[in-house]
Formats: sequence, C-alpha cells, structure tokens
Amino acid sequence: MRLEIIPRGARSQVWTYASPLLAIALTLATTLIIFLLLGKEPLEALRVMWIDPLLTKRGFSELFVKAAPLIMIGVGLSLGFRANIWNIGAEGQYVMGAIFATGVALYFYDVESFPIWLLMIPAGILGGMFWGAIPALLKTRFNASEILTSLMLTYVAKLVLLYLVVGPWKDPDGYGFPQSRLLTSAASSPHLIPGTRIHVGVVAALIVVAIGWFLLSKSLLGFKLKVAGQAPRAAAYAGFSTKSLTWLSLLVGGGLAGLAGMFEIAGPIGQLTPALPTGYGFTAIIVAFLGRLHPVGVLFGGLVLALSYLGGEKAQIALGLPAAVTMINQGILLFYLLACDLLIRYRISLPTRKVA
Amino acid sequence: MSIKRRTFIQAAGAGLAAGTLPLLGRKARAADFKAGYIYVGPIGDFGWSYQHDQGRLAADKALGTTSTYVEKVPEGADAERVIRELADTGHGIIFTTSFGFMDATLKVARDYPDVKFEHATGYKRADNVATYNIRFYEGRYIQGVIAAKMSKAGVVGYIGSIPIPEVIMGMNAFILGMRSINPQAKLKQVFINSWYDPGKEADAAKALLDQGADLMAQHTDSPAPLQVAADRGLKGFGQASDMIKFAPNAQLTSSIDHWDGYYTERVKAAMDGTWKSEDVWKGLDTGMLKMAEYANMPDDVKKLAMDTEEAIKTGKLAIFKGPINAQDGSVKVADGTTLGDGDIAGMNWLAEGVEGDLPK
Amino acid sequence: MDSVVFTSVVLSIISASTPLLLAATGELVTEKSGVLNLGVEGMMLVGAVVGFAVTLTTGNAFIGILAAALGGALMALIFSVLTLTLLANQVATGLALTIFGIGLAAMMGASFVGQPVGKLPALDLPYLTDLPLIGRILFGQDGLVYFSFIALGGTIWFLFHSHAGLVLRAVGDSHDAAHAIGYPVIAIRYGATLFGGAMSGLGGAYLSLSYTPMWAEDMTAGRGWIALALVVFATWRPLRLLLGAYLFGGITILQFHVQTLGLGIPAQMVSMLPYLATIVVLVVISTDRSKIRLNAPACLGRPFHVSG
Repeated sequence: MRLEIIPRGARSQVWTYASPLLAIALTLATTLIIFLLLGKEPLEALRVMWIDPLLTKRGFSELFVKAAPLIMIGVGLSLGFRANIWNIGAEGQYVMGAIFATGVALYFYDVESFPIWLLMIPAGILGGMFWGAIPALLKTRFNASEILTSLMLTYVAKLVLLYLVVGPWKDPDGYGFPQSRLLTSAASSPHLIPGTRIHVGVVAALIVVAIGWFLLSKSLLGFKLKVAGQAPRAAAYAGFSTKSLTWLSLLVGGGLAGLAGMFEIAGPIGQLTPALPTGYGFTAIIVAFLGRLHPVGVLFGGLVLALSYLGGEKAQIALGLPAAVTMINQGILLFYLLACDLLIRYRISLPTRKVA
Repeated sequence: MSIKRRTFIQAAGAGLAAGTLPLLGRKARAADFKAGYIYVGPIGDFGWSYQHDQGRLAADKALGTTSTYVEKVPEGADAERVIRELADTGHGIIFTTSFGFMDATLKVARDYPDVKFEHATGYKRADNVATYNIRFYEGRYIQGVIAAKMSKAGVVGYIGSIPIPEVIMGMNAFILGMRSINPQAKLKQVFINSWYDPGKEADAAKALLDQGADLMAQHTDSPAPLQVAADRGLKGFGQASDMIKFAPNAQLTSSIDHWDGYYTERVKAAMDGTWKSEDVWKGLDTGMLKMAEYANMPDDVKKLAMDTEEAIKTGKLAIFKGPINAQDGSVKVADGTTLGDGDIAGMNWLAEGVEGDLPK
Repeated sequence: MDSVVFTSVVLSIISASTPLLLAATGELVTEKSGVLNLGVEGMMLVGAVVGFAVTLTTGNAFIGILAAALGGALMALIFSVLTLTLLANQVATGLALTIFGIGLAAMMGASFVGQPVGKLPALDLPYLTDLPLIGRILFGQDGLVYFSFIALGGTIWFLFHSHAGLVLRAVGDSHDAAHAIGYPVIAIRYGATLFGGAMSGLGGAYLSLSYTPMWAEDMTAGRGWIALALVVFATWRPLRLLLGAYLFGGITILQFHVQTLGLGIPAQMVSMLPYLATIVVLVVISTDRSKIRLNAPACLGRPFHVSG
C-alpha cells in the first residue's frame, strides 16, 4: 500500500494551525519512547522539559529573555528569505552589532548622566547593516553567492571580536583576560520588571514583530517580497529590481541581527566577551522557517525554541539527562515541525484502486 | 547476673545507638545535600570539563552526597539563568567552573546569601563566593626541566590557546625550567585561539615540529598534539588528564588537574557549616596538581624530574625567582627577588627564550 | 626549507585537506542533483563517532570505515525523507540535521571518550615509500587519502562522462524537464543525497581514525561548514574542489608557520585569511555570470513534486 501526496488547491486553513500541534504531539510521542529507553519516568521527563520552565514568574520571563534575540533576528531573516535572499550569516551581523554598540559604550565610558544605551541602539543596527552590506555589495556588483559570503563573514566577525577583546578593548583592570570592561549602568538597557531579567530588548523584539507584520501585510514592500520570492520573472516584469530587494533584505536582516547583538551586550551579558556568539544567528534561521517566514509565526517559533533550551537545562538539573538529549529532542521537534508543514499545501490519501 | 547482663546489653545498646545515630544522621544529611556544577564544555571533551566532572563524581563518592551538573553552558547570557536555577533548586554549594561565569556567579550569589558559590579561575570574591584554581605552571616548570634533557635540538613546540596570564605564566615557567638546565633552550609557540579543537591542535603541532622543534607541549585540551609527536617518533607532554593511553611511547608526563580532593573538602565544609570564602590557588603541595607517571625517559632524567617536583612541593624552589628577563632582554624580575602571586596572576610578558610574539 | 621539512609540510596539508575533500565531494554530487543539504557538520560527526566506535569494537578499521559511511548515509536518509518525500524546506532541515547530529553523536560516543584507537595504517611500499621528497607523499598515505582522490576522479567521470551523471545533472538543472522526459527525479535525488551523506561520514571517519585518532564531542569543529563553502567556492566543478580543499588546508597549515615567524601580525588576522581568500576567489569566479550559470544547478534547494 502506498500513500500519495496530492496538492491541495489552496493552503489549508485548518492545517495551518493543526500542523504544528500534530508535530508537537508526534515529538512528545517520540521523546516518550526515548525517555523510556533511557530509563527515565517519561511523563515526568516531559513535564520537566516542557511545563516546568513556565511555572514560575522568573522562568516565564527567562523564556522571553532567551527568545528575544532569536525573534529579532528571525523576523529580519524571514523578510529576506521570502525574496529568496539567503542570508545565513546573521551570526556575524549579530556579532558586529555588538561590537559597534560596545565601541560606543567604551567611548562614552565616563559619561554617567546620559543614557548611553540609547546611542548604542543605532550603533548596533549600523554594525549589523555594515556586515550585511558586504554580501549585498558582492552579490549585486559581482554576483557572488550571499550564502557563502555571509557565512564566511561570520567567521571573520568572530575573529574581529577576538582581536578586539584580546587587544585594544581588553579590560585594563581585568588581569589580562580577553574581555572588555563591564558596561556602566548608563550603557545598560534598563530592566523593566523587578525580579526578572526582562529588559528593553524584549519589548523591542515585540515591536519588531509588530512592524514586520505591518510591513508584510499592509505595505507594497511586503507584496514585492512575496512576488520576488514566488515568481522572480514576474517581479522583474513588474519592475521590481532584484538588486534593491537584495540590498533591502541584507540591510534589514543585518540591522536586526545587529540590534539583537546590541541588546544582548547592553542587557544580560553586560560586556563584550569571546563567548558572545552562541549560534543565535543560525538558530534564528530555523526560527524563521518554523514561523513560516511570518513575523507572528517567528514570535511563536522563537518561544518554542527558547523553551526547548530552558527545558533542556531543567532536564539536566532535575533528571541528570546530558545536554546531548536536549539536542536530539530539538532535532526531532524540528524534523516533525518541518515535515508536518506538508499538510498545509498537500493532502495525503490512499491511491484509488485501479482495476486491471 | 541477669541484671548485670541486661545492663550490659542496655549499655551495649546505648553505645550502639550512640555510635550509629550520628552516623545515620550524617548519612541522611549527606544524601540530602546537593552540590551543583556547571561546565562550559561537554563532559565528553576529555579535557577541562571532563576533569571537573571526575572531581564531582569523586566528591559524591567520598561524601555520599548527590550532585547535579549542567554541561555546555555558554559563557554569556545563559550562565546566570543556569546558576540561578541551581541555587533555586536546593543546591547548597555551586561550582562554576569557567572564567566566563565570573560576573554571573557574583550576580546570583547576591540574591542567595545562604548558598555557597565557588568560581574557578576568577578573581572576584564575596562573602559567599570563593575562588579556586590550580598552579598549573608548577607542572610546566617540571616539564621544562624534562624537555631540556630530552630535546636534542633544545627547541620545544608549545601550543597556546588564548593569550591570557594563565597561559603566559605556563609558557614562562616552561622556558625557565628548560633554561635552568640548558641556557640556550628555546620555546616556539603559537596561539590557536581555541581551548579545544583537535584538528587545529594537530595542525599547529605539525607546523611547530616542521619549524625545528623536536618535542611538544601544549596548553590546549586534546591529546592531538601528543599524537602528532608520537606519530613522528618524538615525545611530548599531556595536558589536563593522563593521556598515556593515546601515546604510550611518547608521553613523558602530564600535568593532571585534580579537583577531587578540593571538591570533597569544600562540599564537606559547606555541609558542616565551616565553609568560608577563600582564594585557593594551590598546586603540587596539596595534590590539586599531579604529575602523571614519568615515562619514556632515562632514569637520571626521571630522578631529576622527581627531585624538581619535590623541591617545588616543599617550597625550596621558587619558579618565578629573579633574575628573569623578558623577550627583549629587559629585566622583569630582579636578581634576588621573587614574583608575588599578584604579579604572576597578571603576567602579560613572555620570558627570554620564548619565540613568537604575544598577540596584541 | 629543506626537503624533509617540505615533505612534512605537504603531508600536513594533505591531512588537513582530506576530510574537507571527502565531505565536499559528496555534497557536490548532492547539490548537482538540486538538493542543498546544510547538515554536513552533523553527518560528519555521526560518521566520526560510528567509525571510531565500530573500529574499536571490531578491531577492524575497514568495517569501521564502512560503518561510518553507512552512518552518514542514514543521517542523509532522514534529510531525504523530510525534504524529498515530505517536501520540507531544505535549508531549515539541514540546520536541524546538524543539531540532531551533534546530539546523537555525543550520545553514542559518551562511552568512547578517552579511549585510544590505532591510527589507520599507511601504505608502505618497498623503495617507493622511501623515495626522497615525494616518497611518503605519493606512496605513504592511508586508504582514505587515496580514496578521496579516487572518489573525486570517479565523481568527475560519473558527472561528465556517464549517462547516469548526465541525468543527475539534468535533474538538478530542471526537475520539471527531467520529469517530463521520464527520469525518476526523486529517486535520483535520494541517491545523490545518500552518497553525500556517506562521503560526509567518511570525512568524519578520517578525523576520528587518522587525523586525530580519538573520539571527542564536537571534534569536527566547523569543518562541515567549510566543506559546504568549498562546493560553492568550486562553483560545482570537482577539479576546482580539489584546488579549494588544498588551498584551504594549505592556508590552515601555513598560518601557523606565519605566526611562528613572528611578523607582528595579530594571530586573529592570520586566521581570517582562509575565509577572506574564499570570498575573494568566489568574487573573482562569480563575476563571469555565464560561467556560474553553466555550473550551478539551477534547481538547487527547490522542492520537486510531480504535479507541483
């Protein structure tokens, strides 16, 4: 017996919402089996991983703190992905944004009366845009694949970071350890809710989602992006320049990644360190797809992935599960989520029997 | 008779009770006491994080306590959350085992005055935050002494990770040990910008050997450089753990990070209520640093190595004792003076005999 | 540089390049069929741990290497089912495969940490291997090094001189046209993707059995990503892949030589060289649009459905 995959005429409204739920159900079933094999109480393990992190005020707030950079970068990337501009170097743009922002913070290190972090916001955006502009230039001017150049520039950005913290920006009172001074309170984005780490960047991420949603559904730009992605030739006929869309995608993607880097530096991290790049730029690519390249979807995608990180830590602490199990579970969750999207545009049916 | 006997039995029973009850009590308490550990790497790195985890297991075994670990915790925004989580879930003492956890540890410690925190390799302390580290450089001095005897060319290849004082003092101790035997000895170094990347470590080792070094030493965590040396019929030193299995005919010795005793002692102190915030920086004398068996060398070199180890242990030999010159020949430690811990901990210059610049 | 040092430097470059060449050759075939699998890093890690574990338990490196190829191929199978049958997005699935692979490899390898394994035996021919200068370079390598060249040669022959290769390229260039002619698009892409996985597995096995004979978590340290970059660097031409892999391996090795010479260049700047060189070469190659179009599979990354 073979199953057939048959395209639906239009996207299924039902499955748009049901497919992630199905994916989560399948993930739970699979992880249940994994926990059984590992000799852990499966229901307890699931509760620890997926529910416990949400039960306290702090846990809940941490979810947003962890998700904020993923969402911010994810929204930027999803705009470009719609236009088939494959910026996979958001990690580097994130680092560059943090570097520019730190530059401003260190330049105004002695200023205490003025909220320096307000100046760091444009600096971070500029840093990310600068790093995104390089692949844009190479793509539009020399036709060089942005997939490769943006990825290569990620390695370069990490090395620039290392150079700065080992050399010129090393904390003079830090016993030679490779990291910048701790940012002053004027250069830190304020905490918004006492007892949590919710900072301005979290709110900024939500604003980014709102603006992204508006641009995509209400503006001509959103329309252009859609057309360019789905029918490049039609876009060309309509007079949309691929060049300007390339620039736009990489500048917006880079700028938002830079902004995310700035808020991590000015918020939870508090200084420039070689440990800054932890893969947010890559994880955000997955987030963008989980969110089906839609800003509101990205919001949920970011929260789900953040929850999987928090749950993984809980599982290590409460159940002694190694970090590897978290990664396996994340992989499985992503596999199911991506696979179940099939049901939105296709239906699966038994083939009609042919009588020979 | 019968009374006497009963009395005896009662007395014995009381004695038994007196003997066992506190014991039972302690056991019950030990099992309730939880220690938390966070690692920057995977425990499967067979290097830094692996050795800390060995220490954790040893402490649990010795004390009957339970413990929790979280591995692969990035040294950024995530560290604070994980440490807080451990503090929140009833861990009486928490070890944060990487330099990058320093400020996160202090931040969380402020909110949990009753929990004891221990931060490895850092320099910021508080009433409930202690710091601890191993004097790794002591082992490197011994390695240098051995190297001077074993290297025909008098040139050693040395792989550095990141140019921080920890690594710099190790290089300097190594060349000082070497030059104490052979004043012409040289140390060729490269920094690979990583603590752990077997392939890169192997590449760097090959480059150093091709540049005329005939012995390998390393301040990175994998056995790869040692394997490269072995592959070429040369010898070298292990790092962090005993790597003799990877190079049975090539490892001369290895500086082993030995956290077992320290973790046992500190967890016990936290349990007993005798814990105090301290700055512990100990080496061979306390067994926090151990040398793997001296192997693959003639007996006279073995004896020299053991004598050197003994002299460091007993304090007869001070490693950073003048005169010590920097690379450019300028005097860094004057004759007759010895460098204090503060100066060692902040070391940012390379000693005479080390080739290759410090990355600026 | 005397001849012994020259030989030794060349040998180091070969071993730094081999894992890249193996994985990149596989990915090139995958991409030529129109499939972009970004999960190379994950497949390499699984190959590394499986190759190591099987070699250690069976004592037979040959079986270990075969198992590594199989492990990589099974990882690629997960990717294929998701992207080819279930039409999931290839970029996202590839990234997810890497996350999954890192976790899976760590899990499987947990009990093998800290255990040694014998290095892959190298060829040793009387007289030939002892030849000065080139003896060890040409006649003293292990099987996987020779295989990396055989696989590359085979790939060139297959892609450009065999009918099957022509079909594979047709599928990558226009799946609709290929389907219309009657070629089994999906089956061919499955085959190409599994081959890519197997080759990544071998690249991983070279790391854990020859380059640095041991297993440790995350030991590929980003080489899967570099293999991916090489395919684009080579503009999908196998011979340029050879050039790219050896250029990259060469710079990796030479940067340490530059560092020890003490030219006062920050180490980080030297480390940037391979990445900057890749960008420069890419720009130079890409400027001629017609050449790119000639080689790049037009359907790369695009899903195919019979009626879609």
